Formats: sequence, structure tokens, C-alpha cells
Amino acid sequence: MNDNSSKSNDYVSKLIEGKKRIDGRAFNEHRQPIEITYNVSNKAEGSARVKIGDTEVIAGVKMDVGTPYPDTMDQGNLITNAELLPLSSPMFLPGPPDAQSVELARIVDRGIRESGMIDMKKLCIREGELVWNILLDIYTINDDGNLIDAAALAAVAALRVAVLPKLEGDKVQFGEFTKTKVPLKLLPITCTIFKIGQHLVVDANRQEEEAVDSRLSVAISEHGQIHAMQKGGSVGFSIEEVDQAITLAKKVSEQFRKELTK
Amino acid sequence: MTYSKRFDGRKFDEVRELEAKVGIIKRAAGSAMFRMGKTVAIAAVYGPRELFPSFLQNPKKGRLKCIYDLLSFSVTERKRPGPSRRSTEISMVTVDALEPVLDLSKFAYTGLDIYIYITQADAGTRTAGINAAALALADAGIPMKDLISSVAVGKIGDKICVDLTKEEEDFEEGATDLPVAMGTRTGQVTLLQMDGNMSQEEIKEALKMAKKACEKIKEVQVKALKDKYRGTTK
Amino acid sequence: MVNILVKEREIVVPGQELAEGMDYLPSEGAFREGDKIISSKLGLFNLDGRLIKVIPLGGKYIPKKNDSVIGRVTDVGFSGWRVDFGWAFNMNVSLKEGSRDFIPNDADLSQYYAPGDLVVAKIIKVMSSKIIDASLKMPGCRKLGTGRLIEVESSRVPRIIGKQGSMISMIKDATGCNVVVGQNGLVWISGSDLENEMKAEETIRKIENEAHSEGLTDKISAFLNVKPREIVENDIQ
Repeated sequence: MNDNSSKSNDYVSKLIEGKKRIDGRAFNEHRQPIEITYNVSNKAEGSARVKIGDTEVIAGVKMDVGTPYPDTMDQGNLITNAELLPLSSPMFLPGPPDAQSVELARIVDRGIRESGMIDMKKLCIREGELVWNILLDIYTINDDGNLIDAAALAAVAALRVAVLPKLEGDKVQFGEFTKTKVPLKLLPITCTIFKIGQHLVVDANRQEEEAVDSRLSVAISEHGQIHAMQKGGSVGFSIEEVDQAITLAKKVSEQFRKELTK
Repeated sequence: MTYSKRFDGRKFDEVRELEAKVGIIKRAAGSAMFRMGKTVAIAAVYGPRELFPSFLQNPKKGRLKCIYDLLSFSVTERKRPGPSRRSTEISMVTVDALEPVLDLSKFAYTGLDIYIYITQADAGTRTAGINAAALALADAGIPMKDLISSVAVGKIGDKICVDLTKEEEDFEEGATDLPVAMGTRTGQVTLLQMDGNMSQEEIKEALKMAKKACEKIKEVQVKALKDKYRGTTK
Repeated sequence: MVNILVKEREIVVPGQELAEGMDYLPSEGAFREGDKIISSKLGLFNLDGRLIKVIPLGGKYIPKKNDSVIGRVTDVGFSGWRVDFGWAFNMNVSLKEGSRDFIPNDADLSQYYAPGDLVVAKIIKVMSSKIIDASLKMPGCRKLGTGRLIEVESSRVPRIIGKQGSMISMIKDATGCNVVVGQNGLVWISGSDLENEMKAEETIRKIENEAHSEGLTDKISAFLNVKPREIVENDIQ
């Protein structure tokens, strides 16, 4: 069936009401396996492919130098971009980035930026004059639900292995990599909690997303601090539900982190 | 000026290491990956589906559309996201390379979309893309009179070589590049571009080498198609 | 020279030569070029008398007259309904094909079928790929309630149904689920609990994945832990 005609899923809603999920998972259980493959593209300074169930995302890092922004004269910059490739879903159409892809990029960006994952000061070459720019690009390959968590995980994984290219004078020698890694301080994990009816679940698959009323994405660092949140969807969360969602996100983010660092 | 030995030790008529996999993207009607050395292309086919704008609908047959693009980090210097003049042209010639073997008469009024993305580029990206797209079309069950296989032939110095790497393309003042796609059963050439400097004789030789290389590529394509179902029919 | 170039049930690819000579005739998935018969599809070679056929292994469902399909109502108008059944264009169900009961001209048609309703429809006319008429009143046609809807390769539907419905009956018996299979590759499953529905889906996926393997009925009956029905199975669908 064409996807636009099945934008609600009574079957999923009814199951959730009875505390069950379409694939038999518990509410707090993410899909298995999670696969992370590093350096999937050899021209990138760092790259990674993440699969959560059948959802697949690729992220890659390219580095360049430029002048710093006036308010951060002693820091490098991060520029995050996401494309929902029409190759990954019949619902994604070719063309300039739409709201959904811009939101995806911004959620991933905020988790990385606000957690202080990257030591931006170390990416300053000459204060006020020359700094490193990190160009982080995210591409969806197969959408089977929960692209946000897969994209965030792929982005962090790509940064984890990213190295600086060679710099001669003030010119980047493209294609020549050094052994110096992009300086990182911690690893933020973004975990999205989906609200279906009165219940909260993690890692919704595509059929479940058809029944999702709202979602809350939470970026969490290893010490359990929250660095970014984004609520989406047409239904509200109660204050208690926000608290429950964060508790759930913390727990699941630890499982994602284990996959990332193993 | 002379190029007597290839950088990677290949014979002049030898293609790079080839790898293909069919059915890599579950959401798509058909999909495939095709690797030629360090160049990797992925392709997915969607449709036949409703075609917009509706004035493009053809009452006689389905319409093939293609998007080819490089992932930003697939090249040494980041490619800006979004279409370029280059990718627009390649998308167009890819349609022309594939359409001659497709029978879209059963899909009147509909559109068939092919999306090709290069995840890693080391020259020959349009040819790897066409090889992947041909597999994705077969995987999608689209009737085809022949498979399409594609390779670039080039002239480095005075030597004709098949399946150039980026390093070879950039050798000295730059190689002559002649990308070709063909149906090896019918011998029909469906993609032919060239830039550089060649004599008529050299072009004849280049096309002969291309045919031989395409036959090799086809073997890998056929195996990948069969591999998807191997073990499920026994 | 008359020659068959491939073995029965061998996987063939588009453009592959299947036979030489004029003694054989190309059927579905094959075409003639000169004295050769060539495959146009990725599929299994099948020789049936003088007919050469390629049984497709994949590919999108193409609407055919008399097919029973599962679809979802998208629009309700004054004169009928439109139903999305996974094809490029929706099909039309006219007022008179909507119900066995008389529908008065001024009736609110959404009382019969509303947008979002899942239905089993029968295709009664294919004018072109754009104009397809269907019925909701012929035998087997009905509204489906909430159920587990899965997509399978439409080329595997005959195997999922089985000879005289043997395979599907076995699944229904073993899982206690109600199962409806549309020719368009949509399957609706409704049972007493999730576990049974998941078992039914798992069985259908197994048939889908092993559709062309030998002794499929035995494999499936073993998987479901039941005895197969007394029907001789033909390995080619």
C-alpha cells in the first residue's frame, strides 16, 4: 500500500494499549542488532554506518579551515547537515532540505554541541584568524523508523574516528590525513521516547511511527546529564511523562553507548 | 609522457576488483551496491508509482527518472549537498543508458525512479552507478531485454586503459576519459561520452576494450542477482 | 538447431538466452528475438510443454482483472469510493459495486466505507494502469477490522495460499488466526493474541523466503508442528 494512506495504525495502538508491541519487544527494548561500522567511506576524515534493526544511516566528517565567528574567536566550528535521501523511503522526495531533514540535523547538532562533545578550543589554529571547521553530513539509507537515534549515533561514531587532515601553511592538504584525532571530551547519546496513546516506548519501528502521537528526543552524556531535548508531534506530554521519558532515555542511552564503545 | 605500468599493477585491459550485492535497501522495490576498486555506488528503484507533474504521464509507457549524486564526504574535497550541473547531466545520461533495455509498456502513466548515490569515489562513479542501477532494476522485477554494464576507458599518455582510478585520471596533464555502457548480449552502446584527445583508431580500440571489460562486469552482476536467491530455491 | 539452454527451475537473469530454435514459444517473462528466446526477468526458468516461462522472483504487483486485493479507502465521493491498494493509482468502486444492499442516491457513503477502512476488493476492470474498477460486493469482498497488515512479495502469493488453499488453511488451523491474502501482496492477520499473530506472520515470511524450495509444505508443517493436509503439491506454483 502507498504509505500516505496508512498514516494511522489502529493495530499498533490497540496492541500498545494492551502493553504489547508489534514485534514482541518490551516498551523499553530497542531493536537488535545494533550494528556500527566505522570508516565506511575512505575519503572522509571519519565516517560510520549505523543500523538499528532495518533502519540504516551513514554519517561522514570532512574538515576544512576558516575564520572563526566573532563570538567564538578561539574555537572551531561544527556545521551539521542531514539529507533524507529519496533512496531510503518512498516518502522522501528529491529536492532542497525540507523541515524534517532540517530538524533531524538540528537535533543531532544540538546533542553534540551542547554536551561539549568536541573540544572546540583545541580546534583553534590562530585565535581570531584561523580555526578548523567540522562539516558533519548525515544521510539516511533505509528508513524503518527512529531515524533520529540512528542519525545521532552515526554522527557521534563518525566523529569518534575522525582525524585532522594535513595542514600546510594555512592550506588543507585534502586527502592527506594526519594521525591526530578530532579532540573529544565525552560521548553524547540521543535517545527518542515515543508516546503512543498513554504509553511511552523506545525505538519505534516504521509501523509504530504510524501510531505515534508525540516524541521526545533527549541527548545524554555519560554522567547522565541532559544536554538537548526536542519534543515533536501533535500531542502533549505531562510533566510526569517528561520525567518518565528522561528516565527511560537514560537507561536506553546506556545500551546505545555500550554498542558505541564496545 | 609514457605510462608503461599502471599504478596499481593492473594490466591495461583489466578492471579493478569488483563486488556487487543485490537487495541492500529493504524499503525500495529493488536495490544494489556496486563496487569498482575504491569506488562504491548504491542504487534504489521505487515504483512504478504515480508520476507528478501529471503532464509527464505517458499513456503508452512508464517514465524513467534518475537522480545521481555524490555523498558530500565521498570525495577528497567536500561536495556541497544538492544537485550540481555535473550531477544533473550524469542523471540524464544514466536514464539514456538504461532506458533502451527496459520494457515499460506495462507501466503506462506511471513513473519509475532510480536513485544513485556514490558513497566513496575513486573515478568511474557514473559507471559504477549505472552498474548498480541495472541490478536494482532487475531486482525490482522490471522487464529488461538485456542487462547494462558500464566502464570507463581512458588514455593515459599514449596507453589505452580500462577502469581508471582517480590517480590515473589525474596523471600528468590528465587522461582522456571515455565512459561507456552497453548491453553485452546485444552489443548496443547506450552510454558514450568522451573528453580529451583520441584518434578514430584509438576510439575503436577503446570500445573493444570496453566491451571486454563489460563482459567481466556482467559476470559479477549476474552472480550478484543469483546470489540473492541462492539457497532459497533448493 | 533446437536447444533448451538452461535447466528447469534454474535462476535466470534479464537478457539471458533460454532457448534456440522455433519449436518453443515465449510466455510470461520471456520474449523472442530471431531464433532465440530470451528472459526479460530475474526469475526461475520453467518449461511447460512448448511454453517457456520465467517465474518472477520479485517485482511490484501489477493489477489484473479478477484479482482479490487488500486496500484502504482513501476518498468517499457522491458516486463511490477510491481505494489505495499499493498500485501507482487508486482504484474506483462505483455506487452499484459498493454493496449487495440497495444504496439510495442521497446516502452518506461513508456509512458503508469510510476513509481509512481496510477492505478486500475484487478488480472487475483494468482499462489502463490509471483506470481500474473494483467491486466490494462480490464473494469474498468485505471490510476488514483491525488486524496485522504485512507486505509480502506479490510473486509469492500463490505459494502462501498453496494448492487449493492448503498452505493458508494450515496456517489458520495451527495459529487459530484469521488470515486474508491479497493478490497484491498484502496479508491481513487477526487472531486471539499477539503471539499467534506473530507466529502466523513468521510462517508467512518463511514461505516467502523459501517459496521455491522443494518440499515446502513439509517444511512448513514441521515448522507449525502440524500434519499437512492430504493434497499433492505441485512444486511450480
